[in-house]
Amino acid sequence: MALTKAAMAERLFDEMGLNKREAKEMVDLFFEEIRQALERGEQVKLSGFGNFDLRNKNQRPGRNPKTGEEIPISARRVVTFRPGQKLRARVEAFDGEVEPE
Amino acid sequence: MTKSELIEAIAQKQTQLAQKDIDLAVKTLLEHMAQSLANGERIEIRGFGSFSLHYRPPRVGRNPKTGDAVSLPAKHVPHFKPGKELRDRVNLCAAGMSN
Repeated sequence: MALTKAAMAERLFDEMGLNKREAKEMVDLFFEEIRQALERGEQVKLSGFGNFDLRNKNQRPGRNPKTGEEIPISARRVVTFRPGQKLRARVEAFDGEVEPE
Repeated sequence: MTKSELIEAIAQKQTQLAQKDIDLAVKTLLEHMAQSLANGERIEIRGFGSFSLHYRPPRVGRNPKTGDAVSLPAKHVPHFKPGKELRDRVNLCAAGMSN
């Protein structure tokens, strides 16, 4: 089962004794503040976990895969995630089956 | 924005909890996320995105100094796919600024 906001709030309740409402609010704010920083065009660096970077992409030619019609893909800004050394090392050690998407 | 700036930003909106609790909560959340990925479990946050592992098959690499072949074992690497809301919000803001 994938990790969700509900399970993350549950962890704050179990480990820190936050009440359910505080825990939910904390998880929501955590993701919302990261989103807002990225929206402002700011990189987000979470040491030990990784960095959320922004990249500006130029317009490029694209194609409608169904019709084959050529349509330009407009210039855009996208978010990329660069995992930190510590997270990479922890994940590298995993040798089981990953959950299907 | 760094982790400590994130903690401060949350503290300004969250008046119920002391800063040290917010500090611990943020660290607990990041550790929970890292743990899940280390166990091969995906993370799915609606409106933000999902984290999963991508498999990298074993390969023969080279020591760039000596040119010697080194066999590198298979591994997994973390991968993030931004969700629709995050994609749209980041892109709309960028469009607004350049126009």
